[in-house]
Amino acid sequence: MNIIVFIKQVPETTEVKINPETNTLIREGVTSIINPFDMYAIEEGLRVREAKGGRVTVITMGPPQAEAALRQCIAMGVDEVVLLSDRVFAGSDTLATSYTLSCAVRKIKDFDLIICGKQASDGDTAQVGPGIAQHLNIPFVTYVRKIEEIPEDRKSIRVEKMVDEGYEVREMKLPALITVVKEINEPRLESLRGKLNAKKAQIPVWTFSDMEMDKERLGLDGSPTQVIKIFTPQPREAGEIFEGEAEDCVNKLVEKMKENKIV
Amino acid sequence: MSIKVINDKCTGCRICISACPLDAIKVENKLAVIDLDKCNLCGACISSCKSGAIAIEKKQAKVANKEEYKGVWVFAEQRNGEIDTVSYELLGEGRKLADKLQEELAAVLVGDGIRKEAGKLTAHGADKVYVVDNPGLKEYQDSSYSKALFSLVQRHKPSIILGGATTIGRSLLPKLAVMLPTGLTADCTGLEIDNEKKLLLQTRPAFGGNIMATIICPDYRPQMATVRPRVMKKLPEDPSRKGEIIEEEVQFVKRDMMTKVVDVVKDETIHVNLQDAEIIVSGGRGLKAPENFKLIRELADALGGAVGSSRAAVDAGWIPYSHQVGQTGKTTAPKIYFACGISGAIQHQVGMRTADVIIAINKDPQAPIFQIATYGIVGDLFQVIPALIKKFKEVL
Repeated sequence: MNIIVFIKQVPETTEVKINPETNTLIREGVTSIINPFDMYAIEEGLRVREAKGGRVTVITMGPPQAEAALRQCIAMGVDEVVLLSDRVFAGSDTLATSYTLSCAVRKIKDFDLIICGKQASDGDTAQVGPGIAQHLNIPFVTYVRKIEEIPEDRKSIRVEKMVDEGYEVREMKLPALITVVKEINEPRLESLRGKLNAKKAQIPVWTFSDMEMDKERLGLDGSPTQVIKIFTPQPREAGEIFEGEAEDCVNKLVEKMKENKIV
Repeated sequence: MSIKVINDKCTGCRICISACPLDAIKVENKLAVIDLDKCNLCGACISSCKSGAIAIEKKQAKVANKEEYKGVWVFAEQRNGEIDTVSYELLGEGRKLADKLQEELAAVLVGDGIRKEAGKLTAHGADKVYVVDNPGLKEYQDSSYSKALFSLVQRHKPSIILGGATTIGRSLLPKLAVMLPTGLTADCTGLEIDNEKKLLLQTRPAFGGNIMATIICPDYRPQMATVRPRVMKKLPEDPSRKGEIIEEEVQFVKRDMMTKVVDVVKDETIHVNLQDAEIIVSGGRGLKAPENFKLIRELADALGGAVGSSRAAVDAGWIPYSHQVGQTGKTTAPKIYFACGISGAIQHQVGMRTADVIIAINKDPQAPIFQIATYGIVGDLFQVIPALIKKFKEVL
C-alpha cells in the first residue's frame, strides 16, 4: 500500500487575535503546529502501513518554514516527506490548493490511498480533501471514523463515515481518498529514533518546475475567491452572574429568562 | 500576480507590519517594503492599511459571459426524502439576495421519489424548483449528486449557489466547485449583495472564530457558499405560494456511483444532531463521573434539547465523540447553550460562542466560561441542575 497523507502547518488557533485598535492580526508569540486533525491522518497512514506494508509519504504546501512540520512527521515514523514551496503557490484558495496538491500526487503516480484530516483548524473549510479527489477523479469518503477493511487484493476499501444519525458503512475502489475525524485513532508520540532521523533528514522541496502544472491555475491567479476584509467579531456583552443558594439562583435565572422571552 | 506598495499613498505608519502574519514587511525611509519571498499574498496588510497604499494586482481570470449567469439557487438537502430545515433557512436568505438582485430564486431537489416534496420549497420562497428524480439517487453519493447539480448548472447558469454547511453540503459542494470550476466559501455566517458590483459578499469566521473574513468571488461563476445551519431565518410556510416545478433529466452511468453504501447503522447512543439543535445542554469534567451525565440528559429532556459535552468528558470516555462541542468536535449555534461543569477553554468556546444565549453553571467563579456567559450560576452543579430541572418542569 502506498499511502499519501496531506498535512497543513497552522498557527495555534487559540493564540490568534486581532488588535482592536489597529484591526490587525497579532502574531507575537503565535506558534506553528501541525493541524490537529492531520495528526489523525498521519497516524492512520502509519497504521495502514503496519497492517498492510508499503510506504507513507507526507506532503505539505507552504513556506520554507513548513519544513518543521514535516520533520515532526518523520519523527512519528513516516517514510518520505515532500514540501511544495514556490512563490507562485502563494495566495492559493482551496481550489488552487487542491489543484497544486493533486499535481504532486500525479508526479508520485503510484499510490493506493490518500488520507487528509477532516479540515484545517485555521480555515475550517474542509474543502481541500474532496477537491484533491475531484482533480484526480478518484472516489472519496469524508468524515471517516474507522477503516473497517482493506481486502487482500487491495483493490477496495470499506470505511465507516460519521453521519448525524449514526454511521454509514461505505465501500469504494482504490485508489481513493478519505478525510478522517478524531475518533479514528490516537496519534502516537514521536520516538527517540524518529527524532534522530528527523534531525538529519534532508527535506525534498518541489517547486513549480518540478511538477507538471498549469501556471494559470496556481496561487492567486488560480484562486476564484478573494478575501476583501478581516475584522474582529463583536465581543459578547458582559453577562449576569448569580451566586448563593442553588434554588435562589435558579429562580433568579428562570425569572430573567422569562423576562427576556428566552423561555 | 503581485503585491505592491503605492508609495504616494504610504504614510509609513507601520500598521501593516503588525498586520503581517509572516513578518514580511518592514518600513524603510518611511515607506513600507514587502519581502516577496516571505509574503504569501494573504491580504491581511491590505485590510489593515488605512490609506489604501497596498494593492494586489491579480490577472483577470478568463471567465467569459459572466453576465449570462443569473438567479440564486439553493441546494435543497433531503435525507430519506425529508427536506432538511437548513434548506428552508437558505431559501429565506436566498429570497433576500434574489430580491436585491431582482433575479429568480430556485431550489434544486435531487433524490428518488422526492418530486412530491417540491411544493414545500415554493411554499418557503422558491420561484422555481428543479427536480432530478431518479431511482439511482436513492442514497446520497457525492459523485452522482454532484453530477446532477453540474448538469443543471451547465444548462441554466445560476449566478449564486447556496448549500447547507452540513456533512452532505461540506462534501458535495467542494466537489462541485472543482468540477465547474469556481470558488466556494465554507461555513458562511453572513451573506450580502454588494450594491455596486452585484457581487455576493460572504462573511465567515476563521481561526476558530477569533477573526471574521469577508470573501468575494469576482471573476468566476457561479458564486458558491455553504452556510451553517441555524444561522439564517426561514420564511413562514405559505402553501398558497406557487412556483414552477421543472423536472430535469440527467443520465447516470455506473461510473457515477463511486462509493457504495453497504450498511447504515443508526446508533441511538450517538443520535445527536447538535448542529440543528435549538437547545444544547453540555456537561464537562465537573460532572466527576460518567453516570452523572444522566443529570445532563434529564435537563436536556426537560427542555427538549440535545446533549453536548466538552472534550475532557469525551477523552475520559464518559460520552461518545459525536457529542463533543469545540475545536476538534462540532461547531454549534443553538438558541440556548447550557455549559455545566465546563471551564470553557477557548477550544470549547469556538464550538459554542455563537449561541444566542449562553448559561454557565460552574463552581469556580474564575472559570473562563463566565466571561462569555449571558447568565451564570456560581455553584455546585449537583444542586443547581436538579433545581433547574424541577423549575423548568414547573414553568414549561
